[in-house]
Amino acid sequence: MDQHINIKVKVWRQAGPKAQGHFETYELKNVFQGASFLEMIDILNEQLISEKKDPIAFDHDCREGICGMCSLYVNGHPHGPDQAITTCQLHMRKFHDGETITIEPWRSRAFPVIKDLMVDRGAYDKIMQAGGFVSVNTGGVPDANSIAIPKPVADEAMDAASCIGCGACAAACKNGSAMLFVSAKVSQLALLPQGKVEAARRAKAMVAKMDELGFGNCTNTGACAAECPKSVSLANIARLNREFICAKFQD
Amino acid sequence: MANNIITPEMAKIPQGPLEKKWTNYKDHQKLVNPANKRKLDVIVVGTGLAGASAAASLAEMGFNVLNFCIQDSPRRAHSIAAQGGINAAKNYQNDGDSVYRLYYDTIKGGDYRAREANVYRLAEVSNSIIDQCVAQGVPFAREYGGLLDNRSFGGAQVSRTFYAKGQTGQQLLLGAYSALSRQIGKGKVKMYTRYEMLDIVMIKDADGTERARGIIARNLVTGRIERFFAHAVVVGTGGYGNTFFLSTNAMASNGSAAMQMYRHGAYFANPCYAQIHPTCIPKHGDFQSKLTLMSESLRNDGRIWVPKKLEDAKKLQAGEIKGRDIPEEDRDYYLERRYPAFGNLVPRDVASRAAKERCDAGFGVNNTGLAVFLDFSDAIQRLGKDVVAQKYGNLFQMYEKIVDENPYENPMMIFPAIHYTMGGIWVDYELQTSVKGLFCIGEANFSDHGANRLGASALMQGLADGYFVLPYTIQNYLADQISVPRMSTELPEFAAAEKAVEEKIAKLMKIQGKRSVDSIHKELGLIMWDFVGMGRTAEGLKTAIKKIDEIKKEFWSNVFIPGQADALNNELEKALRLADFIEIGRLMAVDALHREESCGGHFREEYQTPDGEALRQDEKFSYVGCWKFMGEGNEPELVKEPLDYEFTERKTRNYKA
Repeated sequence: MDQHINIKVKVWRQAGPKAQGHFETYELKNVFQGASFLEMIDILNEQLISEKKDPIAFDHDCREGICGMCSLYVNGHPHGPDQAITTCQLHMRKFHDGETITIEPWRSRAFPVIKDLMVDRGAYDKIMQAGGFVSVNTGGVPDANSIAIPKPVADEAMDAASCIGCGACAAACKNGSAMLFVSAKVSQLALLPQGKVEAARRAKAMVAKMDELGFGNCTNTGACAAECPKSVSLANIARLNREFICAKFQD
Repeated sequence: MANNIITPEMAKIPQGPLEKKWTNYKDHQKLVNPANKRKLDVIVVGTGLAGASAAASLAEMGFNVLNFCIQDSPRRAHSIAAQGGINAAKNYQNDGDSVYRLYYDTIKGGDYRAREANVYRLAEVSNSIIDQCVAQGVPFAREYGGLLDNRSFGGAQVSRTFYAKGQTGQQLLLGAYSALSRQIGKGKVKMYTRYEMLDIVMIKDADGTERARGIIARNLVTGRIERFFAHAVVVGTGGYGNTFFLSTNAMASNGSAAMQMYRHGAYFANPCYAQIHPTCIPKHGDFQSKLTLMSESLRNDGRIWVPKKLEDAKKLQAGEIKGRDIPEEDRDYYLERRYPAFGNLVPRDVASRAAKERCDAGFGVNNTGLAVFLDFSDAIQRLGKDVVAQKYGNLFQMYEKIVDENPYENPMMIFPAIHYTMGGIWVDYELQTSVKGLFCIGEANFSDHGANRLGASALMQGLADGYFVLPYTIQNYLADQISVPRMSTELPEFAAAEKAVEEKIAKLMKIQGKRSVDSIHKELGLIMWDFVGMGRTAEGLKTAIKKIDEIKKEFWSNVFIPGQADALNNELEKALRLADFIEIGRLMAVDALHREESCGGHFREEYQTPDGEALRQDEKFSYVGCWKFMGEGNEPELVKEPLDYEFTERKTRNYKA
């Protein structure tokens, strides 16, 4: 049963991108364990506002685990200690009375801090703009049922497509690699006949952009897949490598 | 305008039979040639299904697009959270579906308060949407034969809903986002993330005609106010459900863009038509920040019930027993009992009211008495746990994470919550508002759902507007703008608009009162839920208006916003939005009070049949109620667009037989 607990939260505060950051510790009393983690931060912010202090800036939007806006390193894990969920789906029942919870922003060179816990993930958009699409214009496309796609293939593409672009993979990676993110999109589109046409060009363009933006290389530690809130599989990285090598051979 | 009446000509409804109107329109509208498209700039505000698909399609055609969103990426827009699916009249299941049937179900589902011509066009383009999405690589669910799978949704007797697991909105949005990304990469769309529109800039032609020519937006990272010019402005910023504070909308979803349009003379149509979704996870505490929707698709296999005996309900409320402890014969499957023909798949408004009725009668099943069961035990027995997990696994997981209870073992608990707003900015057939050069698409407009939206139709409308309607109709306007050169943002109109925005912000920052923005917003939400929610009365609505006026006073005299205006400031963002939610809340109450009938999502307790169904007053209220801004502090004026059902016979909705 959910109880009320007293906790301390140790939060990274940083006034701006160039400012020196530091940890600040706050005490919170009587937090209901049925509250979500972000509701706990809401309560803390209300407390700060009532003391006329600057509330903690953090990204969040849908609060149901799908928009990919929320981030946060909680106790050393992207999206916190629970498995296969985003921070907004994390609940206080995963913490115990008297615990000190450490909250940090994504830690990755490619995601600079904007303020406090808020980071700039524009790099992911730029990778998508380099090739994360099928080049079709609106209109003039064939009937949806004109291409049959085996169900297992469609399901596999769907699993890869479930990536929410939150950045946990790059943040978790000791190399700061975006390979899981890139491979999810490359896989989804390479698996489907609609995307196969441009598969080689896509793999090369997205990898080149990823490198250009300062993401690190993949050394197969698997931290990304372990921390991915949508359980995107490491097998996608293998597929990306295959697609990339095949594309390079075609050159 | 004669007697404040909008005629079909003013709404630009094309002549001819229903099924020929859109074709006739397209055959005769003005187009812009490729060389001229390059000279024209279009601002699109919002990157949801409507905004992203419109921005991408316009850019593909050759227009220069400036696209704005408040999130850190266009992929975050709240369309992403839609779960269940998207309707189309493909008839792939050979179950008798057709464009006409999709049209008819939508008109009927909307309780005959939508415009016939718009709804027919929506049904007509629905099939192209599915083709488009598949071509983009959207991984829709498929049958073993490799063809697309469908499922059923509320308000229909055919299976016409296409889906991608329980993440259809995500996959469709990512499809539109990929098309948008392609155009950003090509430089045809200039993307502005973390920017919020704060006003629309109006400029007069030489002949005195006023047109939307740009926007004022705040860079949410730096706090800087910036000016942007375009030949036309398209707004696709979603609905205003967050007026209720607790809703299934995202935290940042807001109605401010709508209010900016309204204050410039765009009519706000049917603000009282708000949809309460029957299957949401019940509220658990005062600190709650939002409500989570469980997809309507669950009603395909889940059965909704409460106990038959009041003493069982009392035990459930006290936590002494669980749902599974109640034997089959003591369960009241009230939807199947009241609506044998549609059962658990009645439209959302009907299902929500039925849940409220049972809970009001004391049969609620959780500690607050505000919940009913959604039970999968039959489906698990019939199909096996694996099949149920395959269909709904991610939804079950979501439920378990929030409620900490396993829905495979004990029935889910659900309760209605605000989900979608059918009302919105009035648009003509071309999706242009009553302000020239200002267009409104997706949930933000009022156009296609009447008084109630059917499940899986929001995605359909958003993408219809963005891919297949606006990119055509906007050309009919832009064709007359080809000789208008790009204007400088140094013009006095831009400067004046910017100054007004800065003064409003300064006024808010100066209050330095005692209340946080959220605390006032929560108070507004409670008033909305109590008096402008599922059951409305004249007396309650009058009370609501009085209380909202008090809240407005409290907000403008006692809100506290920390920090600076010229820096990142979430509290200031929220305060600017709340200022508009207060106005919207009032407008909803005013509209609900004036509409002395029950229809769709608008239920006035004075107007119901003896067995509690909505009672329309077609002779008096068969019109779109449009509200015209008459200046700060003045009551808005009512403008009517009569809905003369020319092609469809209006009936009392009947989901019983």
